[in-house]
Amino acid sequence: MSTVTAQPTPDSGGLAPDTAVTPTRGAGARKLPIALGVLTALLAGILLRSSHAGDTTFQLAAESDFVTLPDIVVPSGPTAWVMVVICLALTAEAVRRMLAHLRQPGWIPIAFAIAWMTGFLSWAAADGRIRLVSLLGGAVALAIPLVFGALGGVLGERAGVVNIAIEGQLLLGAFAAAITASSTGSPWAGLVAAAVAGALVALILGLFAITYFVDQVIVGVVLNVLVVGLTNFMFRQVLTPNAETLNSPERLRAFPIPILGDIPLIGPILFRQTPLVYVLYAVVALVAYALYRTRWGLRVRAVGEHPKAADTVGIKVNRTRYRTILLAGAIAGLGGAYFSLVSVAGFNREMTGGAGYIALAAVIFGKWDPIRATLAALLFGFATNLQGVLSAIGSPVPSQFMLMLPYLVTIFAVAGLVGRSRPPAADGVPYRQQ
Amino acid sequence: MSDKDQPTPESEKNPDSPVVTDEPATDAPEVDPHDARGERSRSLLREITSGDALAGVLAVFLAIFVGSVMIAAIDEGVHETAGYLTARPSDFFAAVWEAISGAYSAMFRGAVFNYNLTEPAQQWRPLTETLKFAGPLILGGLGVGLAFRASLFNIGGRGQMLVAGGAAGWVGFQLDLPLVVHLPLAVLVGMAAGALWGGLAGLLKARTGAHEVIVTIMLNYVGYYLLFWALTKEWLLKTPGSVNPKSPPMKDSAVLPDVLGEQFNLHFGFVLALIAVGVAWWLLNRSTLGYRIRAVGQNPHAARASGINVGRTYTVVMMIAGSLLGLAGVNQVLGTVPSGVSLDLDAGIGFDAITVALLGRSRPLGILAAGLLFGAFKAGGFTMQASENISVDLVLVVQSLIVLFLAAPPLVRAIFRLPAQEAK
Amino acid sequence: MRLVLRGITKRFGSVVANDSISLTVEPGEIHCLLGENGAGKSTLMNVLYGLYKADEGEIELDGQVQHFTGPGDAMAAGIGMVHQHFMLIPVFTVAENVMLGNESTGFAGALDVDAARERVTEISDRFGFHVNPDALVEDLPVGVQQRVEIIKVLSRDAELLVFDEPTAVLTPQETDELMEIMRQLKEAGKAIVFITHKLREVRAVADRITVIRLGKVVGEAEPTASNAELASMMVGRPVELVVHKGEPKLGADALVVKDLRVTDLAGHAQVDGLTFTIRAGEVLCVAGVQGNGQTELTEALLGLQDDVSGSIKLDGLELVGRSTREILDAGVGFIPEDRQVDGLVPGFTIAENLMLNRSFKSPFVKNGSLRLGALREFAQKKLKEYDVRARDIDSLAANLSGGNQQKVVVARELSRDLRLLVAAQPTRGVDVGSIEFIHKQIVATRDSGIPVLVVSTELDEVVALADRIMVLYRGRVVGIVPADTPRETLGLMMTGERPKDLKDVVA
Repeated sequence: MSTVTAQPTPDSGGLAPDTAVTPTRGAGARKLPIALGVLTALLAGILLRSSHAGDTTFQLAAESDFVTLPDIVVPSGPTAWVMVVICLALTAEAVRRMLAHLRQPGWIPIAFAIAWMTGFLSWAAADGRIRLVSLLGGAVALAIPLVFGALGGVLGERAGVVNIAIEGQLLLGAFAAAITASSTGSPWAGLVAAAVAGALVALILGLFAITYFVDQVIVGVVLNVLVVGLTNFMFRQVLTPNAETLNSPERLRAFPIPILGDIPLIGPILFRQTPLVYVLYAVVALVAYALYRTRWGLRVRAVGEHPKAADTVGIKVNRTRYRTILLAGAIAGLGGAYFSLVSVAGFNREMTGGAGYIALAAVIFGKWDPIRATLAALLFGFATNLQGVLSAIGSPVPSQFMLMLPYLVTIFAVAGLVGRSRPPAADGVPYRQQ
Repeated sequence: MSDKDQPTPESEKNPDSPVVTDEPATDAPEVDPHDARGERSRSLLREITSGDALAGVLAVFLAIFVGSVMIAAIDEGVHETAGYLTARPSDFFAAVWEAISGAYSAMFRGAVFNYNLTEPAQQWRPLTETLKFAGPLILGGLGVGLAFRASLFNIGGRGQMLVAGGAAGWVGFQLDLPLVVHLPLAVLVGMAAGALWGGLAGLLKARTGAHEVIVTIMLNYVGYYLLFWALTKEWLLKTPGSVNPKSPPMKDSAVLPDVLGEQFNLHFGFVLALIAVGVAWWLLNRSTLGYRIRAVGQNPHAARASGINVGRTYTVVMMIAGSLLGLAGVNQVLGTVPSGVSLDLDAGIGFDAITVALLGRSRPLGILAAGLLFGAFKAGGFTMQASENISVDLVLVVQSLIVLFLAAPPLVRAIFRLPAQEAK
Repeated sequence: MRLVLRGITKRFGSVVANDSISLTVEPGEIHCLLGENGAGKSTLMNVLYGLYKADEGEIELDGQVQHFTGPGDAMAAGIGMVHQHFMLIPVFTVAENVMLGNESTGFAGALDVDAARERVTEISDRFGFHVNPDALVEDLPVGVQQRVEIIKVLSRDAELLVFDEPTAVLTPQETDELMEIMRQLKEAGKAIVFITHKLREVRAVADRITVIRLGKVVGEAEPTASNAELASMMVGRPVELVVHKGEPKLGADALVVKDLRVTDLAGHAQVDGLTFTIRAGEVLCVAGVQGNGQTELTEALLGLQDDVSGSIKLDGLELVGRSTREILDAGVGFIPEDRQVDGLVPGFTIAENLMLNRSFKSPFVKNGSLRLGALREFAQKKLKEYDVRARDIDSLAANLSGGNQQKVVVARELSRDLRLLVAAQPTRGVDVGSIEFIHKQIVATRDSGIPVLVVSTELDEVVALADRIMVLYRGRVVGIVPADTPRETLGLMMTGERPKDLKDVVA
């Protein structure tokens, strides 16, 4: 069972790019201009092939803002073309910087993304109405489990434990949340149960991956299968016959925060969400702070980069890893509560539908950094929500392709086309003491 | 599992199994203490009493035990008798026994031999069901196992099956050809599609270093949505006039023929699986390509320094793996469920294949055995669900537990309080 | 602090790495532990440092018996270790590395980076280290990284410092600086254990010498002992420090390298315009401190580097731009510097390893399938011929000792029709018996009229094998000199300095 028990060497373990195959080099500087150029051409191509007449309405307001922002009505075609021109200008700037061997600043892709999206939306929603608040607010809501999952993934991998089992943690979290919230009548108890469930999966992961040196990717995959089997089994045998008592939790309702929630645009997007979202904000901030600014974080990162070095300065490597993945599991588990307490009330078979794998994608796309991973998860949430919005207004883009986007972006990311990501050096490598 | 048929001795080793060290070299302690776990003689007796073989058997036993606990835990009779456990414990244990034995005898009836029937053909029918389920599991297991031998983790079985199933299905109902052309063509197109989907991950790894675990996971979903999209286009897979994402049924000329006549569901896919086992065995143990695959899998650096093109090997092995999983997808679309391509055509086999490959230790004959075992679990599981009202998902739990326990022999030994293999 | 080790025994399986070792180290002295690779020196120190648990024996510090459960305990007791492979985290800054495990924190567990920075600066100034606390460790040169290791140890107020083979990666000049630092520390009253197998260094700084062989203490020696005395204690028998070889019978120019450049992924030239020639029947040794382009040079010869320019002609055939397979087929034999990484497949049998670079054509391949019979026959023969000590040809390479592993590699490479042999660090981590055997094989290869390129960072080996010596520094040739060039001159050249009166020799 080579892969189960093979002892990975530091350069072949985990998810690091293989050093035995040398990656094509020197492509770094050219990537951004090429990517921007292709995207601009794509947008122009779409516009040329089918130009829509009419106006597009961008609605910025939601009810009960301090001030009601007016709708923005723009002519579809011309607006889209203006955006193409802006995209073109940004591409030209990127090309200029490439030729001058200058660093590509972060604002170029961001500005490009906004312009491109605006152009695309005004074309796609010709004669229609884009409700920005629901587009972005929905994206935040859909991203909840992804962000929780991604944070769990980032923490674990920063400590050197690859966590493919995010999916399982979300699913068991959803299951535990539903059953606990139903039987206690408190969705809050459900949240706690979700965290415990996630930590439980992490504990098993740790038992096999840390204590018994089983390949972490394999344990993760098998754990996912185990959790699917377990929850399906329990769902059919226990939850379905006792749906009244065990699978009808009270749903977590949106809870607008006074004042903050009344800020135009931002308020309804960020601060009229369910309490789980506010927990999320706190967790993101805490994880980002703790990982980079505290003793705990320094040690976690040390253990993930060079466990032996950490050991020689007296840090208990495996104990640190256990603690970290338990915490990570609890965070991922919380995300599971989204499915059975927020999205719908109640558990259903395999209801996470691969969100754990998107979260994993966000970890990688976010380069193992909590803030970037959060942003990546939000981006993926946005893509999913955009797909919903577009199919609702009858957009010509097949929804399947929109849904494919997070996965494609991740493939591009790991292939180094969207910036090379470097995982923690000892990611996935078990630590053995003599 | 005997390794007698292998030309190479156990070439992948469990780090916790005794390391066979050679005769104490005269330059003795010139051994890196990190690698050296000392030399031990490995006698057959010791192998059985304290070795991996016993741990393997116990792993299966342990997993089935957990499954039994789950069966008992949800059983009505057990619940009732548990209410007066202290008063009449015998009732409780009788109920437990009844629940568990009922479940497992139902599994046996569903997987091997149904003693409740009288006609011999019908009695043995479950065995053919087992073989039917085993076919794609073996094919998928080979696809995953072969990649394992090159140290690649192919989690993309689902995507490879979906894409292959879609492609084979398209040939299967869109074209009108005589059977001798149609069926092979559909099979080959399916395998080619699987090879493409798998090879893509290999190629990306070879060219950019992108980790195949991530790429294959992502390609699962890309493949899923691609098939989804194809099922909305009439020129691809959509059934005209239907809103369901399901294609029309396969033409008769493209359906895998039954092997044992119409009264059994066993079709030619199982024969293909057996052929694939033979080919894979030859490939790994007797061919130079297999030699290179194993060399790359164990030490890509040394392979590269010895003139082996590591990247090309990755690509080729992933193409072969993809085509095998593709064949598993073809087996579903043209054999088991010829009523049309749908999004769940993979039936979880893409992930089951991982457990099959792990249980089979990535060796073709091991995979054959593991595939048969899990095929029996599946066939029996459905009977158990129908007759005892115990969810077939129990099988998934037992299956994954077997693999987990198997991967950590020291854990199993600890549970059973067997002597540790190594005096630390 | 006074350290006493009493009867330390450590076993790995049935291999006894340390056999009842006793040792005393006084404060203010530099105590050398001298021994061959694998004699058990590092194991002993890892026991002392709490990384391994001793099976028997006890550790006593200032009269107190210690029970270490991990490095943390050892450190708390005042033991500091400068590891052979630096225990630094490359992506952390110097300050972060120094504070790790010993962090001072402020409110809510927040790191006090300023305190760590000050501590680094203070120690750095005290010993004249010139280390910037905010530099990332991965950006620092090796010598500076080692100072960071020392700062790390000193910042924990260690009283007993262990240096484990500290000079392996240093230039002679950096080595001298390190010796100076060790003397300084000794003056400051620290007890120092210096582990090495290099006799010259021992005699330069040691106050006392303990020699270890096969896991046992074989005796003490005075720093005034001669090299030959120390060496024979180390090895257990009189050692010939020279390789017997006759005058070379030189043939025509065989390997002609012109203006060779190798650029790494980051765009730095690792080999920068090398030009040299090796004649048939000649050994050219490449000397230099590790990391001065030797690895890239050998890899370029084998087609293992991507960005190579210039020309490598072997008997007139251009090798640049060819694949590794083509180069091997052209008759280049390659003993890589790290057999574990590039030389062997550990999970393969000896037989399988012997066909590693012949997996495409005869004699072991026919129509895409393996000829196992022919392979077995071949392997049986080579096992005997090369004196590989293994049970049989089906033994896994992973289970062989370093010397026997290396013999398998040598057997594989020398049993093809060679036109060039490239041997990188051919005897690294190999016992003395195997060293002599491998050296003989290399000389025999040369005497059969094959050009040989040997890369070695061990000056002894270079001098013993070479017909000519090429010294590399930062990817450039400092000079190509005769084999009898004085060591002092070679040492100077390894720092990049070229003596004024030096003349390159053309064979």
